Amino acid sequence: MRVSDLGRESTSGLRGRPARAVLSLLGIAVGVTAMVAVLGISAASQAGLIAQISSLGTNMLTVAPGRDLFGGQTELPVESVAMVSRIEGVRSVSAVGAVGGHSVRRTDKIDPDDTNGIAVLAARLDLLDTLGGSVTAGSYLSPATERYPAVVLGAVAASRLGVGSVGDQVYLGERWFTVVGLLAPLPLAPEVDRAALVGWPVAQTDLGFSGHPTTIYERSADEAVAGVRQVLAATANPENPQNVAVSRPSDALTAQLATRSAFDQLFLGLGAVALLVGGIGVANTMIISVLERRGEIGMRRSLGATRRHIRAQFLAESAVLSALGGVIGVVVGIAVCVGYSLARGLPVTLPWTAVGAGLAAAVGTGIAAGLYPAGRAARLSPTEALAAV
Amino acid sequence: MTEMITASQVGKVYRGGVPALTDVSLTVRKGELVAIVGPSGSGKSTLLHLMGTLDTPTSGTVRVLGLDLSEVSDGTLSAMRAHWIGFVFQQFFLGATLSAVDNVAQGLVYQGVPRGRRRRRAAEVLDRVGLGHRLDHRPARMSGGERQRVAIARALVADPAIVLADEPTGNLDSASGAVVLDLLHQLNREGTTIVVITHDTDVADRLPRRVRIRDGAVVADSAAVSGGAG
Repeated sequence: MRVSDLGRESTSGLRGRPARAVLSLLGIAVGVTAMVAVLGISAASQAGLIAQISSLGTNMLTVAPGRDLFGGQTELPVESVAMVSRIEGVRSVSAVGAVGGHSVRRTDKIDPDDTNGIAVLAARLDLLDTLGGSVTAGSYLSPATERYPAVVLGAVAASRLGVGSVGDQVYLGERWFTVVGLLAPLPLAPEVDRAALVGWPVAQTDLGFSGHPTTIYERSADEAVAGVRQVLAATANPENPQNVAVSRPSDALTAQLATRSAFDQLFLGLGAVALLVGGIGVANTMIISVLERRGEIGMRRSLGATRRHIRAQFLAESAVLSALGGVIGVVVGIAVCVGYSLARGLPVTLPWTAVGAGLAAAVGTGIAAGLYPAGRAARLSPTEALAAV
Repeated sequence: MTEMITASQVGKVYRGGVPALTDVSLTVRKGELVAIVGPSGSGKSTLLHLMGTLDTPTSGTVRVLGLDLSEVSDGTLSAMRAHWIGFVFQQFFLGATLSAVDNVAQGLVYQGVPRGRRRRRAAEVLDRVGLGHRLDHRPARMSGGERQRVAIARALVADPAIVLADEPTGNLDSASGAVVLDLLHQLNREGTTIVVITHDTDVADRLPRRVRIRDGAVVADSAAVSGGAG
């Protein structure tokens, strides 16, 4: 018997009962769909994260005041921003300073203690350049507006205050401020997203701001980051460098790359269970098929088929059945991945390793499921097989 | 005359101790057309399975073209069936999804003949049994008589030395049955050795040699009576 004949003979049973074949391969299809979709979505998310990290850059460091020896809050010196800008390799520096004792509210009727979690920050004019941010409406603070009661809202702050357009008034520190700009989200500086930004001079004259920066943002060339980091604390606060906290915001995003969510594992596990159940379904179908086709088995034995021919035929039929389920699962799984990626704006990646693993799992399940039925078919003596009909 | 099948003192007891054959001795020679006739349960199907190497006897010996069945492996038995013996069954056993020509070509699958040559040979044999115009029809679109002729063509496609037919007319009306019997006569005249199993004495009476079997033993053999006349 030829190999090409084995392929043709092994699909004859499936062609004879297509509805049953489709129903019995559903379990395999569901299992492979789950595996391909989970692995593919996970790969697309990672690719999206990598693209985000590379567009945001990993060359930004932040400097913030830490705690002193006794647990008290420390301050960065007023001149620390200028000092940091003089470090070799630094390209741009900016800072914000927390304006204590004031909250921003929609109207003067709202309790001053109801801050909505929005901080009032004095911001330098070069902040947006250093963060690589942009405005969605209006403009950022300028030399003209930083001296007057004008405010720029971070993305989260704007939505919490219900401010949707430039020109609205918000109540800040016992007087009205005019919203002049709304910021796009800043993934590397989420604290700015939740802040109302006012000019440095107006904060000092009208809001009692001390002038001490609370976060310094610094960008350097990629290769200079390590060197800058070493001297940053001592430069920002030469008297008490131990009271300075230096961090790299992109580290949080990079760490996400390494973590694979627990949901991935859960869905992979569910996929494996579906595959197992699908395999049992295929085994059942094959056992019934062997019982029903005893006449055919007897006929094939009378045409000269050996036990090995019969075994190979039913094993191949089981593998082909499961492989069909695998192919359907791969197609649906890829469709899910592509749909998810398009909906989320992620780069469309085809999970080739998941496709290979899914198909291999399907065929392996099919062979395992076919072993027992094929063995039964092969052990059937020709006379028993013919007498059964 | 060459001896094609020789059964000597053959007994067959199935699992559970049911004896199907007790003591059968029978010789089928080249070119014969033999009817083995008996009521149901007489053991005639068991005898056909033994003659066709589908089963082995529990006592006695069966030789097919000189080979003792009890001395060869399953693989050799399968090869003997593939090359030497063609089977025709009451139930036809045709593949429902296959055309007539593909059904007949199945008779050569286990000899390793390439598909193109199988189909050409199948078409020739279908022509020989009078179905040259039905090559691409599936069994569902054919009458019972036509189906049995497809099954006979499948039995012949490997050019076997012996054709064994188990109740070939059992599922057919008398007209179709007569066509099938005529075909078997014609094939026999063309040189094929044929053994027909039947419970129908009318069918048996139309064949030149009749072996009557009852309760697992031969009770009459027309060749033995007319043996002297040859």
